[in-house]
Amino acid sequence: MSEGQKDVVPEPKPPEQPAVEQSPENVPAPPGEVTAVGARTGMFGASGTPDTSGYGGLVAPIVFPGPAQRPYGGWFDEVADALEGHLGHVVIHRGELTLHVQRDQLLHVAQTLRDDPRLRFELCSGVSGVHYPDDAGRELHAVYHLLSMTHNRRVRVEVSVPDGDAHIPSLVGIYPTTDWHERETYDMFGIVFDGHPALTRILMPDDWPGHPQRKDYPLGGIPVEYKGGTIPPPDQRRSYN
Amino acid sequence: MATDQDMYAGSSDTSEGRVFTVTGQDWDQIVEGLAEEADERVVVNMGPQHPSTHGVLRLILELEGETVTEARCGIGYLHTGIEKNMEYRSWVQGTTFVTRMDYLSPFFNEATYCLGVERLLDIEDQIPEKASVMRVLLMELNRISSHLVAIATGGMEIGALTVMTIGFRERELVLDLFELITGLRMNHAFIRPGGVAQDLPPGALDEIRGFIALMKKRLPEYAALCNANPIFKARLEGVGHLELDGVLALGITGPVLRSTGYGWDLRKTEPYCGYEDYDFDVQTWDTADSYGRFRIRLNEMWESLKIVEQAADRLAGLEGAPVMVADKKIAWPSQLAIGSDGMGNSLDHIRHIMGESMEGLIHHFKLVTEGFRVPPGQAYVPIESPRGELGAHIVSDGGTRPFRVHYRDPSFTNLQGTSVMSEGGMVADVIVAIASIDPVMGGVDR
Repeated sequence: MSEGQKDVVPEPKPPEQPAVEQSPENVPAPPGEVTAVGARTGMFGASGTPDTSGYGGLVAPIVFPGPAQRPYGGWFDEVADALEGHLGHVVIHRGELTLHVQRDQLLHVAQTLRDDPRLRFELCSGVSGVHYPDDAGRELHAVYHLLSMTHNRRVRVEVSVPDGDAHIPSLVGIYPTTDWHERETYDMFGIVFDGHPALTRILMPDDWPGHPQRKDYPLGGIPVEYKGGTIPPPDQRRSYN
Repeated sequence: MATDQDMYAGSSDTSEGRVFTVTGQDWDQIVEGLAEEADERVVVNMGPQHPSTHGVLRLILELEGETVTEARCGIGYLHTGIEKNMEYRSWVQGTTFVTRMDYLSPFFNEATYCLGVERLLDIEDQIPEKASVMRVLLMELNRISSHLVAIATGGMEIGALTVMTIGFRERELVLDLFELITGLRMNHAFIRPGGVAQDLPPGALDEIRGFIALMKKRLPEYAALCNANPIFKARLEGVGHLELDGVLALGITGPVLRSTGYGWDLRKTEPYCGYEDYDFDVQTWDTADSYGRFRIRLNEMWESLKIVEQAADRLAGLEGAPVMVADKKIAWPSQLAIGSDGMGNSLDHIRHIMGESMEGLIHHFKLVTEGFRVPPGQAYVPIESPRGELGAHIVSDGGTRPFRVHYRDPSFTNLQGTSVMSEGGMVADVIVAIASIDPVMGGVDR
């Protein structure tokens, strides 16, 4: 590094601690533990062009709804009671119940949710993967939506695993419908569902490299020329995020 | 090359065994070729092809004579990465992508997406009544058009071409209504987070009432053509049989679930968009076969017609009411109008933002370029699409773009039933079984 470059103002970086802890009086923290995954900088989130608003140094943590405290209210407590000791934290947001479960507890939790007469979640609506690249140690999430037709209730079960060890036990034995859904999540995120009868790609060609829905997989695209102007591909256009 | 030779047909030896390519009237080659090894299994690859409007599906069938011993689906031929693309567009632009997933039920794709975004925005209570009624109206019209295609293409696949032609004839009437209301026959992007894009155009209610009256005359034609038709019944009855336990294990919903006699319909059990205010019945059948699913679709069109009628009556009393949420930080500002040179920006809106309201201009600029922000969290608001439970799992990180949107498409899940529905049956019944699932590959592959 040359001497001249030392004077350059560095890019604003997310602080070591979430800003919530640095200045708790400024940001109303949701109840319970704050789950911050990454931070957003600047006033408008624009990148690549200078932010002349004077707020370019703002750093705001991305805070997902935190764990709820007992009592949860209504039937949410019944579910939590039946699964006592097998749950991670429980999030209630906008009236939807999310149970975070360790992967070694998943089979037990799913079996109980399906078979316990108090719960009876007969229908699994499938698996949805989410990639949080900034959520260190739990980058890949598998989200199961379950429906109890007996009691007309819905619950979301979320399992998170580190990127380097993306293994989750398969639910095909309990909910056979997850067969294709797990194949899709494997195809798109690279999560390996141990015990799946035939975990192969389903939407992408068999020899496709990479897992397209991961955040580190580029969107792709080419610039398009139109009437003398050139429009860059969507992931390279100016964006406000 | 001799004209009696088909350059695309023939046989070759591979390490996996003998491979025959069959293009038409040349099955006798297979019979001759297999004469010496007739006891061995035959694996038939059907497709990938485009069987009418279902989309591109590949079937791998293992046959013993004419009996299917194993059936597997190959999918992914229509995968276009819609979910990935949405992560690079604003929340409102997302509707233009989801509407293209299951192209036979675009309004349902839009509705479940918008309901999820509205839940994350916490504006579910603020959606104007007229917007909800219009959503219901469009969804039920869409259910009619989707069921018409299901019956029409299902009929065509077993050779009932009259069913196909009259099915598409009526579907065209529904698409005309869509064109009148939204400007487009398909891919509308009309239902938006916060409401719908435009108010009803003048004269739309009269057109809808005319359509209802016409359909009441035409729907009995389907019943007269098919319900007691001995050939139709012989092809459908007992085919694609799947009982309730199998249906639930495979996560199958919609008409296939209701054909087992279980009246599960999200419009009744988890009402959204105000479905609890409409008078309609859930249709079931107890035969758990393709014929039952056909009858359910036919009956559901009657029920949808009832809902459309009630929605049209309510809309008549809501003239001039807002169709978009009042919050100017969310409501899409721009309006369209018909000018002398066709559809374009509403001149009234341009006058408003350029001449009258600085704040209006700022809102327009911010929403169109940057879009609104959705608080972090996740939501899943399933709805009853013509094919079953359709739901969008929406994750927001607080930005102006979806962090992740995953569609739980009923076609994708229901297509898993192909194996159990067709194994042990005749090869010709595979087509009937799949048609009774009514998969739309645009939704399966996304």
